[in-house]
Parts: sequence; structure tokens; C-alpha cells
Amino acid sequence: MTEIAFFGAVEIGLVYALVAVGVYLSFRILDFPDLTVDGSFPLGAAVCAVLLIAGLNPWLATLAAGLAGAAAGLVTATLNVRFKILHLLASILTMIALFSVNLRVMGRPNVALLMQDTVLTPFYGLGVPDHIVRPLVVGLVVAVVVLVLARFLASEFGLAMRATGVNARMARAQGVNTDAHIYAGIALSNGLAGLAGALFAQTNGFADVTTGIGTIVVGLAAVIVGETVLPSRALVLALVGCVAGSILYRLAVQVALSADAIGLQASDLNLVTAVLVAVALILPRLKAKAARGTARSTGTAK
Amino acid sequence: MIVVDDIHVTFGRGTPLEKHALRGIGLTIPEGQFVTVIGSNGAGKSTFLGSLAGDVLAETGRISIDGTDVTRWDTPRRAGLVARVFQDPMAGSCAALTIEENMALAAARGRRRGLALALGGDRRNGFRDRIAALGLGLENRLHDRMGLLSGGQRQAVSLLMATLAGSRILLLDEHTAALDPATADFVLDLTRRIVRDNRLTTLMVTHSMRQALDYGDRTLMLHEGRVVLDVAGDERAGLDVPHLLALFARQRGGLEISDDSLLMG
Repeated sequence: MTEIAFFGAVEIGLVYALVAVGVYLSFRILDFPDLTVDGSFPLGAAVCAVLLIAGLNPWLATLAAGLAGAAAGLVTATLNVRFKILHLLASILTMIALFSVNLRVMGRPNVALLMQDTVLTPFYGLGVPDHIVRPLVVGLVVAVVVLVLARFLASEFGLAMRATGVNARMARAQGVNTDAHIYAGIALSNGLAGLAGALFAQTNGFADVTTGIGTIVVGLAAVIVGETVLPSRALVLALVGCVAGSILYRLAVQVALSADAIGLQASDLNLVTAVLVAVALILPRLKAKAARGTARSTGTAK
Repeated sequence: MIVVDDIHVTFGRGTPLEKHALRGIGLTIPEGQFVTVIGSNGAGKSTFLGSLAGDVLAETGRISIDGTDVTRWDTPRRAGLVARVFQDPMAGSCAALTIEENMALAAARGRRRGLALALGGDRRNGFRDRIAALGLGLENRLHDRMGLLSGGQRQAVSLLMATLAGSRILLLDEHTAALDPATADFVLDLTRRIVRDNRLTTLMVTHSMRQALDYGDRTLMLHEGRVVLDVAGDERAGLDVPHLLALFARQRGGLEISDDSLLMG
């Protein structure tokens, strides 16, 4: 793998780390399987790209992208909480609707950001090569997000959100308005996906309506890889695990695609992703089974 | 003080499974009274407790707590006034959260939860002191996940959690039914101590006639959604388990008492 390919993988891994952290929030903390990110990620990219072309300050455009993602999350949460539609289906409905919304926002299937200032512009030309500047800036954003999120989850509000996901009945008996915490959590999760979309558009120089496909699988892959390499119950470490998982996942994909011997090409990305996630999900099961098998044969445990 | 005025609850109205679970319950429970509630399966005990907690909303009638009409309030809104311990030790606490996190959740019951650290300041020390008073040695295990505790320990912590936010009413739904006899006795003693020390108005549902008479100062028997026996004071002091069983059997249409011998516990 070349140096540029390596830093490129780290950069895209850091962008998707925000999705991973959002997915951790919905799938793990709220126990709410939310596929909306497939729509909120390109929504963030679209909103950011359009606002940048309109001449808005890049940081404000990025913030607006996050808010747009959060609004998409609120739609899913409303369908589920208010109208009792199954969470998975509610999120698929929002995701499908967002495809059309994204086309409307951009006015066409893709928008190029060739000459526009982005959040990265001020950091180019400081003597550091561009392919290193990008992961550094994105990494800084990710670090801030992880710290703020860890602090949030340790707050009274955040603790109530965690209780909502683990034992909603108990949470309600303790006076937690579980509905409000689902709204807030899913909005936050998709806000992070929108933010990731905005960074994706700015680091890659375009927004495309199809970039959202498979976002949820990539996010989930990162969460699972993270849990495997950093199995921890401490929240900060779990969030860091999501980030590490996202980077490792991208590096693994990069290795798989660049190894000529295997004969894979870029268009095989989604297949490779699905296989990686399936393997990551199957391995712990096989490991547990093997452990049980050993225990039985030696008679050390029931 | 709890005032319940002629409440009715029907489940599955208009379906073949329609069940008129509460058929006009009306009673007043003065401040600080410890009431035990008995009745056969399906008598409406849990529904009655649920209607006080807000899980089940009464269709007609009124419920007021300390002078506030709470009839239409949902569970989270009533949580500031009412604390509960469930039958299933797993239901009343979060297994995946630590002991101190569970306590912090309970301590914030009934007030707005903001962005302040849930375990900030000297909160942790306060929790340590409170849990040390249980005498279970849990004060050194505040960072342990709740799921690592035994059923009895979890019920003890749940009882403690019920007292952290200063609510005046405690609802116990067969909270010792899932425990072995020795642990159940420990939790019952703890219950008595906590209710007395905090002067809580308490309703305890139990399957055991013995417990119903030994604990508290008033006993209700429910049958088919109605209060069929309501005794306190001298009349209650004169009651014995066989008396209660006889009354119980009469309510069930004169069935053989031996059918209920299992309930003597």
C-alpha cells in the first residue's frame, strides 16, 4: 500500500468514524436499529455542498449539514414513537424518502466542489502535504465529537438515555421520559451522520446522491471491529473503539482491494464490506462455540 | 395520602378477551400507612398497583396523591411522587449499568435531568454512605455492574433507590416472590426498616397471608377487581391466617380451603 493510499484510508476511516459513533448511539445505547443514516449521510453532504456553493462560511455549512441530519433522525423517531411504526421500517421509510429529498436539495444527482472554500482550505499550504492535512483536520473534529459525546453520556440526561435503551420500563418508573430520550438520541445519531456527510463532501470535493448506499453497514462494521479490538465497558473507550474500528476497517478494505493477487477491484467494495461484517459477526459466535466445546471435552465447566 | 375514588379499568374492551380488571375500587390511605394487599391470581392486585403508578390509566374515577389529581398522569410524571420495587429483580434496575449509575438514575427521579455529571461532586460519597447502611458490603462495589449482584442484593438496592429522591409513596409488587426464603426475610426486614425510617406510605402486594398479617398496619383483600376485605387495628390484630384463608375461600365461592394451603407461605 502506498503512503497516499494509507492516509487516504485513514482519512475516510475518520470521516466514517462519526457515522460509527452515531450508529453506536442508536444500535448499542438506545437499542434502536436505525437505517436512516443511509439517507442522512448524503443529506449532510448535499446540504453542505449547496451551502458552500451559495457562499456560506464552511463551518456554518457543516453545522447546517449536521442539523439537517438531526431533522431526518427526528422524522424516523416520530414515525416510531408517535405513530408506533416498527423502528426498522420507520428508518427505511425515512431513508427512501431522503433519496428524493437529496435530489431536490442538490437539484441534480451530484454537485462538484471544485473552487469552493471548505473547512480544510485554511490548513492547506502550511507546509504539510495535503494528504496528511485532511486526516489531521477530520481527526481533530472526531476527537472533539468523541470527547463531547462521552461527557454528554455521563450527564444525567445521557445516563437516562442509556437506561432507556437498556430497560425502558425501569427508566419510566424512575421518571425518565423515554420517548424524549429516543427523539434526542436518534436526532443526535443522524446529526453525526450528517456531519460525516459534510466532511465527506469537503474532503472528496463532491456530493453525490448515491454515496449513502451502505453507510449503515460501514458504520456497523466499524462498531463491531471496534468492540472486537477494544472490548471495554467504559464509555469513552467504547467510543474510541468505534473510531479505531472505522479506521481499521478502511485499512482492511484498502489491503483487500490493493492486493493484486486476490484480483478484487474498487467495484467489489460493497461485497467486501458485507463479507467483512458477516465474518465479524460470525467469529465471536464460533469462538464461543469452540470455547464451550473445549470446556465440555475437558469437563472444566458446565 | 392517597385517595382512590371508584376507579375502573378494562383491558381489551370490545374483544373476546375483554377483562374488567378493576371494578370500582375506592379507598383512602392516610400518610404513613403500611398497607398489605392480597388476593388470588387475576384479582387485580398488580393492576391496582399499576393504576397508582401510572402504568395503567383508570377509565373512570379519580386518583389523587397528596391532594394532587394524578388520574391522567403517565408513569414518568408520577415517578416523582411514587417509588416502586418490582417482583422481577431484573426489572427494577439496569443490569448493564453500574450500581452507582442506577442510584444516580433513581436520585434524579421527579426532577429535570440536565447536563450536569450524573456522578459529579460528592454524589458518589453520598451513595457510598447510603449503600453501606444496607450492611451488604456493597459500598466497595459501586463500580460493579448491577447484573453481577444476586437477586436479593438487587432488591435491596432497588429498595434503597426508592428512597433516594424523597418520594413519599412506595409500591411493592410481590418484591420478595422471586427470592429464596432466607433472602426474602432479609429483604422484608429491610423493607420494614426503610418504610419506618422514611415514614413512607406503602402498599405491598404479597401472595403470603402470613406476610400480609405480619407486616404493615392494614390489609386489603381484592377479588375480581373489588376490595372484599379491608381490615386494620384491633380487628386485624385478631385475625389469624386460618381466618383469612376462610374469608379468602368464601370469596372464591366456598372452594376447598386445602386448595389454598400453598398460599400459607
